[in-house]
Amino acid sequence: MIEQLIFYVFALVLLFSATMVITVRNPVHAALFLVLAFFNSAALWIMAGAEFLGIVLVLVYVGAVMVLFLFVVMMLDLNLGSLREGFMKHFYIGVPIAVVMAVQMLLVVGSGLFAPETLPQAAMPIPEGTGNTSMLGGVLYTVYVYPFELAAVILLVAIIAAIMLTLRRREGTKHQNPGEQVKVRKADRLRLVNLPSSRRASEQEQD
Amino acid sequence: MAELTELVWIMTKIVAIVGPLILAVAYLTYAERRVIGAIQARNGPNRVGPMGLFQPFADVFKLLFKEVVLPANANRFLFLIAPLLSLMPALAAWAVMPFSEGLVLSDINAGLLYILAMTSLGVYGVIIAGWASNSKYAMLGAMRSAAQIVSYEIAMGFALVGVLMAAGSLNMSGIVQAQAGPIWNWFWLPLLPLFVVYWISGVAETNRAPFDVAEGESEIVAGFHVEYSGVAFAVFFLAEYANMILISGLAVVMFMGGWYSPFHGLPVLGPLFDWVPGIVWFVLKMTLFLYLYLAFRATFPRYRYDQIMRLGWKVLIPVTVVWLVVLALMIIAGLGPWFN
Repeated sequence: MIEQLIFYVFALVLLFSATMVITVRNPVHAALFLVLAFFNSAALWIMAGAEFLGIVLVLVYVGAVMVLFLFVVMMLDLNLGSLREGFMKHFYIGVPIAVVMAVQMLLVVGSGLFAPETLPQAAMPIPEGTGNTSMLGGVLYTVYVYPFELAAVILLVAIIAAIMLTLRRREGTKHQNPGEQVKVRKADRLRLVNLPSSRRASEQEQD
Repeated sequence: MAELTELVWIMTKIVAIVGPLILAVAYLTYAERRVIGAIQARNGPNRVGPMGLFQPFADVFKLLFKEVVLPANANRFLFLIAPLLSLMPALAAWAVMPFSEGLVLSDINAGLLYILAMTSLGVYGVIIAGWASNSKYAMLGAMRSAAQIVSYEIAMGFALVGVLMAAGSLNMSGIVQAQAGPIWNWFWLPLLPLFVVYWISGVAETNRAPFDVAEGESEIVAGFHVEYSGVAFAVFFLAEYANMILISGLAVVMFMGGWYSPFHGLPVLGPLFDWVPGIVWFVLKMTLFLYLYLAFRATFPRYRYDQIMRLGWKVLIPVTVVWLVVLALMIIAGLGPWFN
């Protein structure tokens, strides 16, 4: 009873925030609604028993990806007017596509394949006392170890490619060399000069 | 009806954790001013109550009675919700903290992941505060903070991977139980580089000196919370100190043997200290780390921004990656007394 109530609360907030992502005017507000949507879907996943996926969704998407996203959106000087310009032009193409996608989804979900009673039993029921984190890890590193490592290598290639694409030496910027900064000694910067004390000419005349 | 009583029981437990925590925050601010005062050969607050012990309450009441000023053209809703967004994760993370054997609100299996997820949420309060204030200084502080927290989270996560490997469990109580024994059995010794990396990243994550460029009062006034006053400022303050206590508590759980006494399992000294409850050891170890926070603030000058980034990405992350390999070898070799 309480569980159902909590489910519907999370589901409603999720639908609301997902709608707001595409309807609010301010891009920063849209990004924040996207964060809310991620958070609520993570809560739904945890309720469904997928604790690892739910927490990782919060950790990766909410905690890292969206922070960088917000970072960029806040730095950009977005012109709200120009964002709306082509709305009517794309509207007539967008509506048929949306209708086709909605019908396709209805056909798949409504076909009875996803009804709770027709779903097959879990091939590997999780034993009591272990979380699905260790189960997931066990499967990933034994049965699916090659696809998993392959995905990791592809991601590594993508990281290196992304860094190489953005890495460029700009003219006229000052760069610090931390190694040289650390190596600096007192003698390099400071010269002690021994000056004999003396008096101004006017003072000497008075003597 | 059974569900209702369970709900009330959980609520009571939450109050029993959060109440002492907020009191600890109050006295941490007092301790900070007294300790830094002593380091700098001053008195610190010593007028309100005996030895100045009521000073935190005087400060709280002062802040409560001050006006909350909304900046011009600020986003009202986001401006007011930002302090709460930074306080909420700092409190929520305590749900899985084991204070003593079995003394934990929620003994979930993915405890360590939950902690990581919660601490990664704290950055939103800072970013939203900086953006909603409609102020250049606040914006600069928020940008610095976002970059810094995201960078140090990686080093911190890697250090915690080491803990996870050594303990073989994500459950917080399980991590402590894997360290059962005297002081040299705890994970700080085999994971020493990771322990140091964790602590440095922890100080950076909480935006404390010497990593406090997000506030940077000498350059950008007070950074992300420059426009906040009264209660809203007090909530930011509360969140910062609650986060410090949280990071110290995590350091104790993951590297300093949680609730075990430093003599646990020794022939003579062990039984001598058996009467001390586990939570006392836990709190004692936590205060040690909290003192380190205060001593850092009094001793180190602030890092330059590019130096912070260099330390995080080019020093701390490579150190953790190398030590993870060394740790894997130690575990395979069954090196005692930790991994046999």
